[in-house]
Amino acid sequence: MTSHLISIEEIDRAAIERILLRAQSFAEVSGREIKKVPALRGRTVVNLFYEASTRTSSSFELAATRLSADVINIRSSGSSIEKGESLRDTVQTLTAYEPAAIVIRSPYAGAAAQVAQWTDAAVVNAGDGKHEHPTQALLDVFALQRRVGKLDGLNIWIVGDVMHSRVARSDISAFQTMGAKVTVAGPPTLLPRDIEALGCSASPTLDELAEADVIYVLRMQHERMQEAFVPSLGEYAARYQINHERLRPGQLVMHPGPVNRGVEISADVIDSEIALIGEQVKAGVAVRMAVLYELLVGTTTLAAVA
Amino acid sequence: MTQKLFRRPAPAADLLITNAHVLDPRTGIDGQHDVLVREGKIAEVGAPGSLSAESLPPTAPTMDATGKHLFPAFVDPHVHLRSPGQEYKENLETGTAAAAAGGFCQVIAMPNTSPVIDAVTVLRSLTTVASQQAQVPTGFLASITVGLLGSDLSPMAALADAGALGFTDDGKPVTSAGMLRKALQYQRLAGGVIALHEEDPALSGAGVMHEGAVSARLGVTGIPSISESTMVARDSAIAKFEDARMHFQHLSCIESVEALAYWREAGARVSGEATPHHLTLTHEDVRSLDTNFKMNPPLRSESDRQAIIEGLRSGVIECIATDHAPHARYEKEMPFEQAPMGTTGLETAFAAVYSELVKPGVLSLGLVIERMTAGGALYGLPVPKIETDAEANLVLVDLEASWTVGEHGYVSRSQNCCFDGRTFAGLVEMTIAAGSVVYEHGKELDR
Repeated sequence: MTSHLISIEEIDRAAIERILLRAQSFAEVSGREIKKVPALRGRTVVNLFYEASTRTSSSFELAATRLSADVINIRSSGSSIEKGESLRDTVQTLTAYEPAAIVIRSPYAGAAAQVAQWTDAAVVNAGDGKHEHPTQALLDVFALQRRVGKLDGLNIWIVGDVMHSRVARSDISAFQTMGAKVTVAGPPTLLPRDIEALGCSASPTLDELAEADVIYVLRMQHERMQEAFVPSLGEYAARYQINHERLRPGQLVMHPGPVNRGVEISADVIDSEIALIGEQVKAGVAVRMAVLYELLVGTTTLAAVA
Repeated sequence: MTQKLFRRPAPAADLLITNAHVLDPRTGIDGQHDVLVREGKIAEVGAPGSLSAESLPPTAPTMDATGKHLFPAFVDPHVHLRSPGQEYKENLETGTAAAAAGGFCQVIAMPNTSPVIDAVTVLRSLTTVASQQAQVPTGFLASITVGLLGSDLSPMAALADAGALGFTDDGKPVTSAGMLRKALQYQRLAGGVIALHEEDPALSGAGVMHEGAVSARLGVTGIPSISESTMVARDSAIAKFEDARMHFQHLSCIESVEALAYWREAGARVSGEATPHHLTLTHEDVRSLDTNFKMNPPLRSESDRQAIIEGLRSGVIECIATDHAPHARYEKEMPFEQAPMGTTGLETAFAAVYSELVKPGVLSLGLVIERMTAGGALYGLPVPKIETDAEANLVLVDLEASWTVGEHGYVSRSQNCCFDGRTFAGLVEMTIAAGSVVYEHGKELDR
């Protein structure tokens, strides 16, 4: 049976630790002059992106390339997708090339799970609507662990537009699986009703932000103003921007990118030592290499790689 | 009197059913009986072994129904037969054949077709086709507003004269209270029930499932229950003010049941229906993002489901309606947020409700039979009854037989059934509608 990575909930703590351990060895590969291993030589990875993406698509491409796979990148603009071909037909067409893996980014929840039903390839969810972004969650855990060690007992606040964030949903789950306590905070209009059912706490203010060890800042999109979720970016920034006035010493800050400098996070925080943003991006390649390896090569030959 | 039900000509049934457990909550019959059907009418109901087929033509069959149940056949006041314009999903023949297979003897079709049933010509063409193709008697609702656009009244009086049982913009609410009020006033001239799909678009927004813990997890935009209930409350108030007859379709949440109970008590002439899926499933079933679980109104929370069950039990909700809504396979093979709303339901309605609510002891069999046969009366249609001289509208069911939904395909043209793959008890063996045998399990009837 082909295994997939559709939802972060599908993998337990042991599996996350196994993938991240392997990511660590791949991170070392990335430090070498020749940044390649032959693990996926002769196999094909399809990157199927129905949404604009810079870091996710480039890091998946780089990850597959560094594993020596042949890579096909398909974006919705300029492809048959633009001509109205259905997801199923596109996937069946690509499946004819017998890819080992299909990496899919879609604006719709559940798209990756559907693709998994229509192909023999291993499917990696690179973001499905506002639902899940499991490799982002893995790289966030990876980057954070590298800075602080184990996440057990860590207090993590996820701040901002939780409602429209797939990163938030995957991170809530991943951080909790790794033993952290998660609080989501943001404008009440952008905190989903019954979000506490995910096991986290929810707060409409940052009054208790001092209790956080780590603050994970979400991107505040301009479209949300038009939909009247918040009155203005100014009012949002006044109440929820993560800046040095709100932070206490010892707190760390993360952000999935791309950042709106001066909106959800101040420019000086982005560029400071307490921000892990660059480390998150860097972790992306190694973690995605580890995910592709886990799905396509498996667990038994861990020692043989790198 | 204007003809309100249409079906193809079919031979009147002659048969003797022996040893069936006959149950009709309206006539009070509940026990082993023989039932003699002659020339499409119930000629006699007698003690087991007391009736003979002597008075029937020599070819008339005698069915030994030992261990099986005979009920008045079901009535579905809410189906989408997709004709005209969307025959790739369903048509009058396939949809009514699915109804026959589900034990129904009457169905009422919704007007959100293409074109919309908002003109006498459209309705006439449909009743003509139904008179040639419908396997079971079929009635039609016409739209309240032209094109379901909410801005101009349909010619309600002319449509009623042409056979419309009532009016609905089902699939959409009548958003403007002023427009709805005019339709209710016009009802005094046209007659017919005004049936409403209740939903405030400003509250539903881009929602595609129930707003709650599951939508929070899935990151899928939710439809809050107040989207429905605030409209039930608003429109009940208008109905009372105009002393109009109003029916609420597919109620889905606690707040709507409460609003309906309140306004009924206050004297409003309002009624309600519930679907088998809202009675048996919740938003937890949507976790898989299987598009067969996408319908409008959405599957809601367990407490909402309990409130719908309680409403059905107490009679606040008078009837079960399937909201049978077929869609082509390729339409449902889309990501959840893009797929069309709706589930088929005619072939599974009784088995789902029986297996999930009657067998576990939540509702009595008699109550379920009453609620599954009450939907036509709300639109002024005669109620199927098991009594001497009544037109034969009967369904023979094997409550012991279990079957897996979709295992042998569907009679409907579409497969988008939210119960697909589930194993249910309660198999429809035979359906008699308006005096004719319209379905026998395992037998392909001449169509």
